[in-house]
Amino acid sequence: MFDDFFIRALIAGIGVAIVAGPLGCLVIWRRLSYFGDTLAHSALLGVTFAYSFELNASFSVFIISAVIGLLLLSLQKRTKLPGDALLGILSHASLAVGLVIIGFLSFIRIDLMSLLFGDILAVSLQEILIIWVGGFLILIILFFIWKSLFAATVNYELAAAEGMNPDRTNLIFTILLAGVIAISIKMVGILLITGLLLIPAAMSRNFSKGPYQMVFFSAIGGVLSVIVGLFASLEFDIASGPAIITVALVFFILSLIPLKK
Amino acid sequence: MLNQNKLLVKLNNAGVKKNNKWLVKGVSLEIYKGQIVTLIGPNGSGKTTTAKIVLDIFKIDEGEVTKNTNKLAYVPQKIAIDWTLPLRVFDFMTLTCKLKISEIEDALSLTGVVGHLYNDIRNLSGGEFQRVLIARAIAKKPELLILDEPVQGVDYSGEIALYNLIKKISKDFNCGILLISHDLHFVMSATDHVICLNGHICCSGAPSVVSKNPAYLELFGERTSSTLSLYEHKHDHTHDSDGSISK
Repeated sequence: MFDDFFIRALIAGIGVAIVAGPLGCLVIWRRLSYFGDTLAHSALLGVTFAYSFELNASFSVFIISAVIGLLLLSLQKRTKLPGDALLGILSHASLAVGLVIIGFLSFIRIDLMSLLFGDILAVSLQEILIIWVGGFLILIILFFIWKSLFAATVNYELAAAEGMNPDRTNLIFTILLAGVIAISIKMVGILLITGLLLIPAAMSRNFSKGPYQMVFFSAIGGVLSVIVGLFASLEFDIASGPAIITVALVFFILSLIPLKK
Repeated sequence: MLNQNKLLVKLNNAGVKKNNKWLVKGVSLEIYKGQIVTLIGPNGSGKTTTAKIVLDIFKIDEGEVTKNTNKLAYVPQKIAIDWTLPLRVFDFMTLTCKLKISEIEDALSLTGVVGHLYNDIRNLSGGEFQRVLIARAIAKKPELLILDEPVQGVDYSGEIALYNLIKKISKDFNCGILLISHDLHFVMSATDHVICLNGHICCSGAPSVVSKNPAYLELFGERTSSTLSLYEHKHDHTHDSDGSISK
C-alpha cells in the first residue's frame, strides 16, 4: 500500500502542515480567519490565470492572493465599508469570477472537485519541491519579522510606539499568508485551506501555556492530521482535503476533553 | 535648572487632522530628562492624541516635532489580550526587545509583581496588570516614558502607590516622563509641569500656577480651584494597588 505516490503525498503534506502551524496561530490571534478565507477563495482566480496564460499554478495563485490581500489592506484603510462586508465582497467576487472564467475555458478539462477539495495523491515531484522551498522561505521570513509581528498582534499601538514598524510587518504577513495558500491548495483545496490553518492552532490553544508552545503543538497537530488523514483518504477512497480536515477536527474535539474536569 | 538636562522631545505648534477635523492644534511642549510633565484635560481634549504625536503613532499635519531620543517606552491606556493568545507575564516583558532574565526580574521587583513572572496575563487583577505594563516599559531603560492614564481603574490608595512608583522611576532612571491624567483635579505632587489641554493648550505651568489660572477655572469651574491640591497624609502602613496592606 506504500506506493510511490503515497510517499510523495506524505512528504508534501507534512511540509505544508509545518508551515501552516505558526501561520495558523497568527491567523487565530489576529482574528484573520475570514481574511484567510478570502485569500483562499481568490486562489481559484489564480488557478484560472495559470490555465489561461500557461503559468505555474502555485506561482499564479500566490500572485493573485497576494494582490487581493494587499488590495484588502488598502481598501480597509480607505473605505467606510466595515471590514467583514469588504471581505465578503472580495471573497465571493473572486470565487464567482474564477468560476465564470473556468466556464469559458471549455477547451481545457479542469477537475473542479480537486481544486475545491484538494488532490494531494496526485502531487508531482516538482510540486513537492515548490512546497518545501516555498515553505522554507516563508518560515525564514516569518522568523525575521516574528518579533514585530508578535508585538503588533498583542497591541498595535505598543508596537508602533516602540519602533516595531507594524504596518510594514502586516504587509509582509499578508504576502506570507498568500504564500501558504499557494503551497497548500493542492493538498486541501480552496474551500478547506483556512481549516488547515485554524483547526490545529485552535486545538493547540486548549493546552498551551505560552505562544511558542502553541505554535509548536499547532505544527505537530497539523502533521499528525495530514498523516492520519492521508491514510484514511487512501483506505476509504475519499478526497484528501476533507479527510485531513476531519482528522484535525477529531484532534480538536479530543483536546477539549481535559477542560471538562 | 531643568534646561541643563537633555531635551528629549519638543513639539512646536503641532496639530493633527482627521476627517477634516483638528484633533489637536497648536500644541507646544518640551520634555527634558528627569522631568515629569502631566497632561490634563476633559474627555476628547486630545491628551492621548498628543501622546501619540510624541510616540510617532500619529503624523502631524502642521507644526514640527523634534525628537532627540529613540529610547521610548509606552504604557497604553487599555490593552485587551485576546483569549486565543496564551501570554504569560514573561512573554509580555520581552515583547519589543530582548532582555536578560535578571533585567526582567529587576523591573518586576521594582513594581512589586515579580511573583507573577510565569502567570498568565489574564489572571492578573487590574492593579497588577498596570504594574506589569509599567515594568515592561521600564525594563528596557527608556529615556522617555509615556504613561496614558496609568491609574485608571485603580482604587484611591492604589493610585497613591502607583504615583509614588512613578516618582521613584523618574528619580531612579532619570528619564523624562509624560503622564496623562484622567483626573482634572488631582495632579501628582511630583509633577514639574502641567499642561491643560482642550483641543489646544489652554494653560500650562507649575501645578500651583495652573490651578489659579483663569483659563483652567473657566474650563473646570470655580469649585475645583479649592480641590486641586494633593491630599497627603501619613500612615503606618501602605496599600498595594490591589488594596492589600503591606508595611
